[in-house]
Amino acid sequence: MTAPEEGTRGERIPGRPEPSPAPAPESSPPSGPVARDDRAVVRDALGVGVAVGLSGFAFGVTSAGAGLSLPQTCALSLFVFTGASQFALVGALAAGGNPLTAAAGAFFLGVRNVFYGLRLSPLLRLPRAVRPFAAQVVIDETSLVAFAQPDRRGARIGFTVTGLSLYALWNLSTLAGAAGAAALGDTDAWGLDAAGPAVFLALLAPMLTSAVERATAGLAVLLVLGCTPLLPAGVPVLAAGLAAPLVLALKGRAFRAPRTPEGHGGDRESPREPRDARGGPGDANDAPGGVRKSVETVRDVPEEGGSR
Amino acid sequence: MNVWIAIAVTAAGCYLVKLLGLSVPAGMLDRPLVKRLAALVPVALLAALTAQQTFGHGTGLVVDARAAGLGAAAVALVLRAPFLLVIAVAVVVTAGVRALGG
Repeated sequence: MTAPEEGTRGERIPGRPEPSPAPAPESSPPSGPVARDDRAVVRDALGVGVAVGLSGFAFGVTSAGAGLSLPQTCALSLFVFTGASQFALVGALAAGGNPLTAAAGAFFLGVRNVFYGLRLSPLLRLPRAVRPFAAQVVIDETSLVAFAQPDRRGARIGFTVTGLSLYALWNLSTLAGAAGAAALGDTDAWGLDAAGPAVFLALLAPMLTSAVERATAGLAVLLVLGCTPLLPAGVPVLAAGLAAPLVLALKGRAFRAPRTPEGHGGDRESPREPRDARGGPGDANDAPGGVRKSVETVRDVPEEGGSR
Repeated sequence: MNVWIAIAVTAAGCYLVKLLGLSVPAGMLDRPLVKRLAALVPVALLAALTAQQTFGHGTGLVVDARAAGLGAAAVALVLRAPFLLVIAVAVVVTAGVRALGG
């Protein structure tokens, strides 16, 4: 564990918001009579699974618009099954990127799932034989729903129902989107080339909880736009990934020198604020709903992973 | 063929990191710097991808209808619109601006 205030955040996540407006009874005992609780968990899980699953349509259309065939598009949703990585890959391929460069960008986006798994593992206590199957649905949304439950039974139900409903719908809607894209003709005329970046923006927005995140995002934008005319397709995004270690290094220095080291606008108010400032009470409570909340809530998980 | 290679590499990599998380003993990756980087790298990549797919055009940069669509999506996010609505707003505004000759 890294800092005392992190350790005090219980693994039960009692104050965490529900993934949908329907609240589970907040004080359900860990092993009490649970039929009603189970239904509430299933309802929440299906809410997330359906809402996010349907956005697979946007992926199917985007992927087809990027020039991938129907089997290729469906293979991505079946086997990669982590939305941001899928959008990143087809975007990089469409821009003419080297396949390995494109895959690297998608992979780095997927690395965060390691930390969901680390925290899910002791929470769910999955049998060894189940893990290889469960692993495929270890993503933002399933992790959120599992973490939001008060006990292991709820976490298992939430994880399973979210995972299955999301996997099924994401793949069906991918197929529908990819097949429908041909009927749409020029997908750009329908504005569908804006779906990919809009997905990234919607995933990003709830992560911008403190000056450190905003500085990282700002620097990444400058890096990618600055590098785009200079480097081969796909590489600028990887270069922009360096914004993360850069900002962390600069922030470490800023703790000692009371000056903003990073000169670019808007983010200079306090890149040196304590790194857990974002873990304050507003952190999880001000997110509106659905995926945004899921990302914001789940993003904290790595901070808590070692508490058990 | 290249596309299939990219798909296979991405699928294998993404699956292995998911499985790794479920399989390694807790605490093994439990280093503050690792965790901070893991939380911050997606921020950098998502911001970069948003910017590039909004303004990128081949190896150049352009401001076109997509910028309007993403601006509208940003407004929708500030207004706390749900995920699907944010994407729909971006698509509709982009299409609208394009139809008007933007």
